[in-house]
Amino acid sequence: MPEPTDRIPPEARDAVGSAAGGAAGLATREAESLEGGPVPGTARSAKARSLWTDAWHDLRRNPVFVLSALVIVFLLLIAVWPSLVAGGNPLQCDLAKSQEGPQAGHPFGFDAQGCDVFTRTVHGARASITVGVCATAGAALLGSVLGGLAGYYGGWWDAVLSRLADVFFGIPIILGGLVFLSVVTGRSVWPVVGFIVLLGWPQISRIARGAVVAAKQHDYVQAARALGAGDARLLLRHIAPNAVAPVIVVATIALGTYIALEATLSFIGVGLRPPTVSWGIDISNASTQIRNAPHMLLWPAGALSLTVLAFIMLGDAVRDALDPKLR
Amino acid sequence: MGRYVVRRLLQMIPVFAGSTFLIFFMVYALGDPVAALFGDKAPDPAVAARIRQELYLDQPLWKQYLHYMGQVLTGDFGTAFTGQPVLELMADAFPVTIRLTIVAVLFEVVVGIALGVAGGLRRGRPADTTVLMLTLVVVSVPTFVSGYVLQYLFGVRWGLVPPTVPPEAAFAQLLLPGVVLGLVSLAYVTRLTRTSLVENARADYIRTAVAKGLPRHRVVLRHLLRNSLIPVVTFIGADVGALMGGAIVTERIFNIHGVGYQLYQGILRQNSPTVVGFVTVLVLVFLVANLVVDLLYAVLDPRIRHA
Amino acid sequence: MRGGVRTRAGRVAGAVLGLLLVVAVGGCGGGAGGRVPGVVRASWGDPQNPLEPANTNEVQGGKVLDLIFRGLKKYDPKTGAAVDMLAERIESKDAQNFTVKVRGGWTFSNGEAVTARSFVDAWNYAALADNKQRNASFFAYIDGYEKVHPESGAATAKTLSGLALKDDRTFTVKLRTKFSTWPGTLGYPAFAPLPRAFFEDHDGWLKKPVGNGPYAIDSYTRGSAMRLSRWDGYPGPDKAENNGVELRVYTDSNTAYADLQAGNIDLVDDIPSTQLRNVRKDLDGRYINQPAGIIQTLVFPLYDAQWNRPGAEKVRRGLSMAINRGQITSQIYRDTRTPATDWTSPVLGEKGGYKAGLCGAACTYDPAAARRLIREGGGLPGGRVTVTSNVDTGSHRVWMDAVCNSINNVLGDDRACTVNPVGTFADFRSRIAQQAMSGMFRSGWQMDYPLIQNFLQPQFGTNASSNYGKFSDARFDGLVDRANAESDTAAAVATFQEAERILAERMPAVPLWYQNGNAGYAAGLSDVALNQFSVPVYERIKVK
Repeated sequence: MPEPTDRIPPEARDAVGSAAGGAAGLATREAESLEGGPVPGTARSAKARSLWTDAWHDLRRNPVFVLSALVIVFLLLIAVWPSLVAGGNPLQCDLAKSQEGPQAGHPFGFDAQGCDVFTRTVHGARASITVGVCATAGAALLGSVLGGLAGYYGGWWDAVLSRLADVFFGIPIILGGLVFLSVVTGRSVWPVVGFIVLLGWPQISRIARGAVVAAKQHDYVQAARALGAGDARLLLRHIAPNAVAPVIVVATIALGTYIALEATLSFIGVGLRPPTVSWGIDISNASTQIRNAPHMLLWPAGALSLTVLAFIMLGDAVRDALDPKLR
Repeated sequence: MGRYVVRRLLQMIPVFAGSTFLIFFMVYALGDPVAALFGDKAPDPAVAARIRQELYLDQPLWKQYLHYMGQVLTGDFGTAFTGQPVLELMADAFPVTIRLTIVAVLFEVVVGIALGVAGGLRRGRPADTTVLMLTLVVVSVPTFVSGYVLQYLFGVRWGLVPPTVPPEAAFAQLLLPGVVLGLVSLAYVTRLTRTSLVENARADYIRTAVAKGLPRHRVVLRHLLRNSLIPVVTFIGADVGALMGGAIVTERIFNIHGVGYQLYQGILRQNSPTVVGFVTVLVLVFLVANLVVDLLYAVLDPRIRHA
Repeated sequence: MRGGVRTRAGRVAGAVLGLLLVVAVGGCGGGAGGRVPGVVRASWGDPQNPLEPANTNEVQGGKVLDLIFRGLKKYDPKTGAAVDMLAERIESKDAQNFTVKVRGGWTFSNGEAVTARSFVDAWNYAALADNKQRNASFFAYIDGYEKVHPESGAATAKTLSGLALKDDRTFTVKLRTKFSTWPGTLGYPAFAPLPRAFFEDHDGWLKKPVGNGPYAIDSYTRGSAMRLSRWDGYPGPDKAENNGVELRVYTDSNTAYADLQAGNIDLVDDIPSTQLRNVRKDLDGRYINQPAGIIQTLVFPLYDAQWNRPGAEKVRRGLSMAINRGQITSQIYRDTRTPATDWTSPVLGEKGGYKAGLCGAACTYDPAAARRLIREGGGLPGGRVTVTSNVDTGSHRVWMDAVCNSINNVLGDDRACTVNPVGTFADFRSRIAQQAMSGMFRSGWQMDYPLIQNFLQPQFGTNASSNYGKFSDARFDGLVDRANAESDTAAAVATFQEAERILAERMPAVPLWYQNGNAGYAAGLSDVALNQFSVPVYERIKVK
């Protein structure tokens, strides 16, 4: 039994046939329903719910969503209060214990400097999750807005925005990092986040542009336009839900690569600095020691995996909830 | 169509000017390269002054840039600090890196799409979960580690391939580095294919195709996959340039003297002719790759037209 | 219509892809091939500068110069003593005017005879500012240098007035000041003789340099490889024991190491620190770890009043005592560094001026004394100290972290010492040159020639060229001047050591450790050794 919806039920569309043919018939029906007219069916709610409230309704019942949300809440909790889980001091290191394996009181062993890997992994969550989540959110927002506009309007808009993206895409990360970040003397994560957004948005904008170019050809969009829907309405209500999937996929994976990118920046001396602890820094330190001390890599990389997994699942669930065809 | 292509090619001119200036400015902002030419010793003031003069570094930025562009327009891309012309460096580095990129892209296209289809058609089943786990490993293990481990296993422990790539760098010798380079992108391609497939599997035309009684493989290949490829193609188009310029780690591990290596050296030594020359060519590669992607949209989805 | 668009679009896309493929495939060429019998395949790095002798100031270019050039003197790879090579004798009565007699019978590998003129022309070329040679300052001791190489403005002379040709095999050198051990500097490659071809066809020479050493270059592919074969006409005593050397450029020492394990290369002269734990097992003991003439120090910016106020020397000494050198060199470097206890290098030998323990307690790890000294000296400026170094080369980050952790553990304060990584070497050098440092910064000193003078005077003499912390001490300068004028070597060394003791008192730079050279080699090689510049002694290597 499909949920009540203000969009056209799939069986109705099936009746019209393939997307290529019968555009006229589909257009009227789709447009009608999309413009908010009551659709025959169970009318549990008199008010027409928006696409987004509808999605939320779905999400709450999706176990994948609930599980991934719980994991994310847990990670955020650690990020805010690391001492809840690990009472030790991540900066307390004894070189005499360099690269020693797990032992009593130190379940994950020690890194090359003799710091406790467990404490550092827990304390690294704050910087890494801040960088990952904020940079991803920033890049995804900027990228999908600019890419979406370029794809939707085409022409000059497209030329200017896309070529701008090309130029930004061409800046080598190391060069950009050295130029933009070495002038910043502070040690907060925000310059790093800003920099990653600056170099990250072109990728997402490409994806968003491609998805919008494909989505705007769909018959229901053409139909809505024919019925006089404005640009904003078309973009937000008709195109966005159909173009958001690839953006979510790319953004959730990018989240992981951004956390790793922070390590690259720190490695060349322009990223986060001690006393800030991060997974990226620990992964990069561990990666040269992989033959002698694989435990150094295992835990921070595992934490990164868990984070990426949670966001990929969350993204999947959100995408499903937004997909009209899955109803 | 023809006019569309011509217009896109003409857009290269402002992009060329903009990116050369931007990169030129950025390398300039890094500071004085001459200080590093003397190792841990203090620079000899007389020699340093003459090197600056020779490289135009004693001029204001805009004069340096105009001088450089004047040279470029006569086909002279300047020289690196080793005395080697940048054009020669590019002629050595780009063919190798293009071959490496082709291997990496083929790898991510073939394996990525196959895994994506496997996961997408069996949504939520073990195949799908396995593909998801592979994605996680690839994302959270740095290229340095995967490259080094694969090199150690295949090259040193089992002796199946030489651990490094000889200077001629033929396609067959680039298989392992290409796989390493393509790993992270593989995660993107796989997830994009899978998601797109899942989304389109419910689309009307697929239902129609199934209803018409078409065989399953034909539905999957001709209808479902083709329509699901737009995000994948977009991603790969953007990735080609990123792979070419970003292969620094892979090129280092396998001793490939390609674009990533030269670019890295150029940046560390703050040699603007090298950096600007290489980045400009890379930006042109992005432009061409994007054009190809946009043309492919029309091939994949006939409703998309280019005016 | 649509179909038309589709196929045309497809065709254009196909054409572009095809073009890319052609470009890619067209780049094939050359061929590395397998191994040539009796040839040593050795790891190499791309030289940073054109391969002119006076323009090469790093070890990779130095390798080539070592293979194809012989100068007046050569440093014995074992003892470090400067022994006569092309010099028949170098004499002086007053430690200022030297007469050099060149041996007969030597030629360049192109047949041209090596004469006194080969040296005088080469040295004049190197010293002239217009030729932009990085090592021009080596000739600064010679009279007339300020004319050919003024600090600013055009040169007023083309040749050094202190150099005079007497006959085919004799020339004289007049120095600006007394410098008794000057002949000992002549083993440095910058002093090599040059053939006429260098001046007449400079570009051609750079593509394939010609010298007078035991090897001659067969081919040189820039950025990837150089092949050299034994020069059978070599007249010197150190003829090559193998048929040739193939130098292969590696961009990462880990990669070279993997190739060594896989049998694709015979000699790697830089074992990555990450492999040090397993190298003996991997290579079955075919591993060398021996001192090289490099010392790493942390310099204090004495131009910053905070570090130069009365009592600050106690803080500086206290910091030196808070660094657990022994633990860092064993845990992080696996003993490829040796804790430093003076400001020179063990390769000098006792006679040459190395004296273990000269620094005394000030270079010994002692947490209690370190805390006391820092407290007595008024504490760290602002309670903080930074350790600055470039991090783009040499994996400096690891020891920087370790040094800071050591200081922090001693002081019981997590944030007393922090690392300040700098992205590029050029930026790091610029900051040093602009005197912009506010805390300790790294200085690696690789000796030019194995003389104690080379470790002390350029780094700690008032206004000396590499005195980056702007240390100045009249007693130190006086002792160095006296030592240079001393004609008896032993007395000169003793006076230099007296000057060095002032460093222990005032601690302008913390000696960290002496750096070793290390190398691994294939089972087919024997007699592999490194010289004190950590360059393999290629000509002595035997290939089975």
